[in-house]
Amino acid sequence: MTNGNGKLLGQERLQELAQKALSFSSADQTQVTIGIGQNSLTRFAGSIIHQNVAERDATVAVRAIIGKKIGFAVGNSISDEAIKATVEKAIEFARHQQENPDFVSLPKPKPIQKPVPTFFDSTAEFSADDRAAAVEKIVKAADKVNAHAAGSLSTGYSEHIIANSLGINAYDADTSSTFTTVITADTGFGYAQRISSDITKLDIDKAADEAAKTADRSRNPEPFEPGEYDVVLTPYCVEDMVSFLSWMGFSALAVQEGRSFMSGKFGQKICGDNITIWDDGLDPRTNVRPFDGEGFPKQKVELIKNGVANAVVYDSYTAYKEGKESTGHAMGGTGTQGPYATNMFLAPGNATVEEMIASTDRGIFVTRFNYTNIVHPLLTIFTGLTRDGTFLIEDGKITKPIRNLRFTESILDAFSNVEMIGKDLMLCGAATVPALKIKNFRFTGATEF
Amino acid sequence: MKEFTEKILQKAKDLGASYADVRIIKGANESINIKNGKVDALAAASDYGFGVRVIVNGSWGFASSFTVTDEEAEKVVQQAVSIARASSRLKREDVKLAPVEPAEGHFESEWKINPFDVPLEDKINLLLDADKIMRQQPEIKISEGQMNFWKTDETYASTEGSYIEQVKIESGAGIEATAIEAGEMQRRSYPAFGGDYASRGYEFVEGWNLVDHAESIAKEAAELLKAPQCPSDTRDLILEGSMLALQVHESCGHPIELDRVFGTESSFAGTSFLTTDKLNTFRYGSDKVNIVADATAPGGLGSFSFDDEGVPAQCVDIVKNGIFSGYLSSRETAAQMGWESSGGAMRADGWSRIPIIRMTNINLLPGDWTFDEIIKDTKDGIYAAGVQSWSIDDKRLNFQFGTEVAWEIKDGSLGRMLKNPTYTGITYEFWRGCDAIAGKDEWHLWGVPSCGKGEPMQTARVGHGVAPSRFRNVRIGVMESQSSESEE
Repeated sequence: MTNGNGKLLGQERLQELAQKALSFSSADQTQVTIGIGQNSLTRFAGSIIHQNVAERDATVAVRAIIGKKIGFAVGNSISDEAIKATVEKAIEFARHQQENPDFVSLPKPKPIQKPVPTFFDSTAEFSADDRAAAVEKIVKAADKVNAHAAGSLSTGYSEHIIANSLGINAYDADTSSTFTTVITADTGFGYAQRISSDITKLDIDKAADEAAKTADRSRNPEPFEPGEYDVVLTPYCVEDMVSFLSWMGFSALAVQEGRSFMSGKFGQKICGDNITIWDDGLDPRTNVRPFDGEGFPKQKVELIKNGVANAVVYDSYTAYKEGKESTGHAMGGTGTQGPYATNMFLAPGNATVEEMIASTDRGIFVTRFNYTNIVHPLLTIFTGLTRDGTFLIEDGKITKPIRNLRFTESILDAFSNVEMIGKDLMLCGAATVPALKIKNFRFTGATEF
Repeated sequence: MKEFTEKILQKAKDLGASYADVRIIKGANESINIKNGKVDALAAASDYGFGVRVIVNGSWGFASSFTVTDEEAEKVVQQAVSIARASSRLKREDVKLAPVEPAEGHFESEWKINPFDVPLEDKINLLLDADKIMRQQPEIKISEGQMNFWKTDETYASTEGSYIEQVKIESGAGIEATAIEAGEMQRRSYPAFGGDYASRGYEFVEGWNLVDHAESIAKEAAELLKAPQCPSDTRDLILEGSMLALQVHESCGHPIELDRVFGTESSFAGTSFLTTDKLNTFRYGSDKVNIVADATAPGGLGSFSFDDEGVPAQCVDIVKNGIFSGYLSSRETAAQMGWESSGGAMRADGWSRIPIIRMTNINLLPGDWTFDEIIKDTKDGIYAAGVQSWSIDDKRLNFQFGTEVAWEIKDGSLGRMLKNPTYTGITYEFWRGCDAIAGKDEWHLWGVPSCGKGEPMQTARVGHGVAPSRFRNVRIGVMESQSSESEE
């Protein structure tokens, strides 16, 4: 195990703090989560750095359970007195609580696997000067097309331990890095994003070129009439759709409360045969996190299998309620938001984006969605706009940039109309997904740029 | 504390900073969430730390830490300075700040009942009582209630000589009833989706009488299950207060942020259609529309004594008789505009984040109608209430909102209930169609506790004062086709 070149307190020290916290508690069951780390971020716009920050913070969160009464407290100091005060606050709150008859127990320990490293010195050591040097490269890519660059480059490292009075004692340290840019070429815009635990894998040069090229091609977009069109969506758009499905319905809590589109539909077809979505926090193609917010190992869950509603993710609360075992998807904190799938995959197909465009007589290529939001969760209807490069496809070719359009569409309807699926997967946040070609996507409005 | 801040500021100057400020913040939060007759979460949070902002070589640097000691302060100042030096590798010109008079003093927001002193049982029972009433309606499958209280102690000091202490208490609550039946799900909330919040004490929560309104929202949610779909049409639209507050937030509050206008939010939240050439010339709304950004509004969730750059709270004209006339600004953006002073809109989400331009209380000033008069005066329209969904483009022009409920208006009377209402438009066309605004008796300053902006993401608590208003010829019912298909 790395010690992050002295940046980390280390497993032993965090275990000592966690055991101390548990020893302060007189509750029937107690869970303590201690996290500590640093995040740094450089923001740039108009090709200059306008904001550049670093923050070092800690979290000490305690769930105390007396009978079936649950109290929660969180602080940000790791001193003995502060940890004791947080434990006492959680117990005080538990005493004032009402019984929760659905609560059974905190989870019991289960072996945790870690398939790949999650901490990279390259990321933890990346300095403000390194970030500025990377931004200089992006600015150069924008200069090549007489454009200017905006965006951010962030890096972070953290270590955390989750321990409970039933023997869970899970420690991990990880790093993260994210690069986002919007390049503006007069009236044209282009976008790129890359995410990795290892900053050396971000390939910022290639991403910046991708954004610059899109910006250059999308100058002087023409007004375009909304309506139903075939669309080619990049992985950025597809991730947005999959994430909304997760938010609206891949949680056992949403099913138990009857507010999920999966409720009452298990074993039934809910979208096209060619759609399979699963969650796997141990797959090296995602940001691997070996355990969840309760220190329970992450399991692979097949959410939608060949278009059929198959399963949802659980934390211990929702699992014990049904006499099942958690799937390792607890979010931590108070737990009120329920479990959540955050490492999803949409099964790849065998097409390239070029082939999708070539097969389209008349359609729209969308680089990115903007400000998407749920309109009707049970019907999976969402709305939003296109952004940063929207193009008309005619006779198998991109012919011109068009102004941004608003869509209002059911995600499951759209996933029933998928004609082609990209062969390459891309990590774009909560999901690792391919590009998609979808028939008859509903655009309901237009904007002025 | 002054000794600590002086050491930091001196260290920053020693390391070459032409300007530095430090904020030390101690925060406390208590939250209670009720769901389906159970206390879903009872949580206490505390938070303490400091952040140092510097200008070195004409560029910004910022660093922060949760360890409030002299030794850590030295490291944090060094880090902020080295970050600023790295920033200066990519600059066009040195950062300039509009001047501000140094200020000293201790300031406290007003509250009658400290919510942290109210027994937990009293607060829990109030929500449980409301919850029980909502669940008496059989169609209600999810009943929820929440309360949130914050106390913030902030010290601000700058190399220009300011030393300001501010203490604030903020409180709020709300309830929601969700009816589910046969593939349909409908929600009603009170007093607003997510609750209503203010810079007040527990008296603000008591004032909403949540228990008295639990039955009516549960009945409305149940009735919505069987209500007809909102038609797809162009009609006059009358908006209820909490929905109009969000309309103001998205279509006025965000586009008047000068950092968006200057492009520094372009890669994330976006820019603004209200470019500087439009200032004092562009017709934003009808001549009935007057909007101010008022950080001095008593009890406003976006009110304060000084912003996080030590600039005193102000009331700034944003739209005067329909003409766009002002922005939310910082010292840096004010200098870029050539103004003599900042409008005082810089706030940070705690000690760990750098201040950015945030809404204060963006208030649509009251008109001279009453709600009843507006309804009576409307031949063919809908009255839409409660926030359901929201979306707007990255220049803040094309928006689409969904509301929890609407009622048809025919020949001056409210009629049948409609489900899944949506409306859409272009910001300035929509506000130019505003021809009736209710008066001050029906005006309320709503508090929105969760405005997200910036990278890393910052959450701000902001306010919007509005009274029910009418907008002519609005496109409604955008999702009619999808919803009807699902019913077949």
